[in-house]
Amino acid sequence: MSWLTPMVMEVLIAMSQALVILLGALLLGAVMTVVERRLLGLWQDRYGPNRVGPFGSLQLVADMIKILFKEDWIPPFADRALFVLAPVIGMASLLLAFMIIPLTPNWGVADWHIGLLFFFAMAGINVYAVLLGGWSSGNKYALLGAMRATAQTLSYEVFMGLSLMGVVALAGSFNMRDIVAAQQGLWFIVPQFFGFCTFLIAGVAVTHRHPFDQPEAEQELADGYHIEYAGMKFGMFFIGEYIGMVLVSALIVTLFFGGWLGPWLPPFVWFALKTAALLVLFVLLRASLPRPRYDRMMSFGWRVCLPLTLINLLVTGAAILLLAPAGT
Amino acid sequence: MFTSLISGTWSQLRTLGMVFLHAFRRRETVNYPDEEVYLPPRFRGRIVLTRDPDGEERCVACNLCAVACPVDCIALEKGEKEDGRWYPSSFRINFSRCIYCGMCEEACPTSAIQLTPDFEMSEYRRQDLVYEKEDLQIDGPGKDHDYHFYKVAGLAIAGKDKGQGPDEAAPVDVKTLLP
Repeated sequence: MSWLTPMVMEVLIAMSQALVILLGALLLGAVMTVVERRLLGLWQDRYGPNRVGPFGSLQLVADMIKILFKEDWIPPFADRALFVLAPVIGMASLLLAFMIIPLTPNWGVADWHIGLLFFFAMAGINVYAVLLGGWSSGNKYALLGAMRATAQTLSYEVFMGLSLMGVVALAGSFNMRDIVAAQQGLWFIVPQFFGFCTFLIAGVAVTHRHPFDQPEAEQELADGYHIEYAGMKFGMFFIGEYIGMVLVSALIVTLFFGGWLGPWLPPFVWFALKTAALLVLFVLLRASLPRPRYDRMMSFGWRVCLPLTLINLLVTGAAILLLAPAGT
Repeated sequence: MFTSLISGTWSQLRTLGMVFLHAFRRRETVNYPDEEVYLPPRFRGRIVLTRDPDGEERCVACNLCAVACPVDCIALEKGEKEDGRWYPSSFRINFSRCIYCGMCEEACPTSAIQLTPDFEMSEYRRQDLVYEKEDLQIDGPGKDHDYHFYKVAGLAIAGKDKGQGPDEAAPVDVKTLLP
């Protein structure tokens, strides 16, 4: 066939890889909803959903059927356009951020030199999902939740960016593959331990996961910004949260745990294992930690984490300069 | 501030570890429809009407259970036999209202109404939860094996006059005490 030139083949392979990664991320996010419930059950000395299928494995199917057949209701007092747009932004921005994550040396969607910055951009856009969702719902609880979420995400994004600058400085590149390659000898969690701690905290906060889920605090705000959402629109917010969890786990693996690097096993298995371990850590955080008061969380972000990242960045910079060969 | 930060971080990490160790604990839940649930003998479940050791109905239709019931789910009517014994000519408990508090059992002077360790009484129609007397009446004495109200009550019914019960003294003729 004449049109099947090597270039076309390359494009087709890249497209199929992108599709597989997209579907994989989506599916993993959906599966996490059930896995989380089983794990929470395990740690709370109960079973969790175990009735549908062997060990509850078909619970996901049941949940999907249920949520797809729910009435897709838009409250009459809501701002229709924004109300529909918000969950789309929420899910799409996080899914798009998967582009930059290299799964194996050959697998990955985009190999950009701005790599990491793209994630920050998408995390920034993700704020709009919550903000617009809360605003357009025309509900005071939703608005309060959205306000909290915005303030929280903005203040945690400040040091999320800074916490990764140490990694970028060590690797000398924003490109994710370069960052992984730079961890050949030593994973960045060792030299950048405080960067890891602060990025983990910021990642949990940005995905609104448990210790930092004030925006959706069930007890005070009755679910916060997505209180008026039903059916698949709620599902998109819900799955979006889990996709964010998978995304942050994969990012932490890439940035601090050497991505696909590891002995004996094939690269993808290492990547998957590390990501799974971090996902379990996310669930464990939810299972064990109580939700702090809102003002305490903000003051923790500004008064502890931000100075910590700044000091970390300063020390990293000084160390790089001191250890650099003279004359370069 | 640094000490509180370090001790706080340690406390959070310790919490994480302790919760993680729960992964190896026994699960407290019972897979109910698959596994049997242990119900203690005094479990407050389905209400029954018992009989005395002679096989007669214990209930004397005093209505104390209906009065004690906080949700008013008990309704009964009094009937009277030829020998003077009272009995409920109808007895109805609406289990869709019943809260299984056991007040009726506490109020009952004859141990007739008793709660049993059984809760599997779901119905698809609400009306099916209204139990009539024939649904409630059981053949045995329930939890109180030897209690026989008429033998100890000092009441005169046919075949037993006042003072003829096991622990009864003969009735005092109050008129002979007059000066």
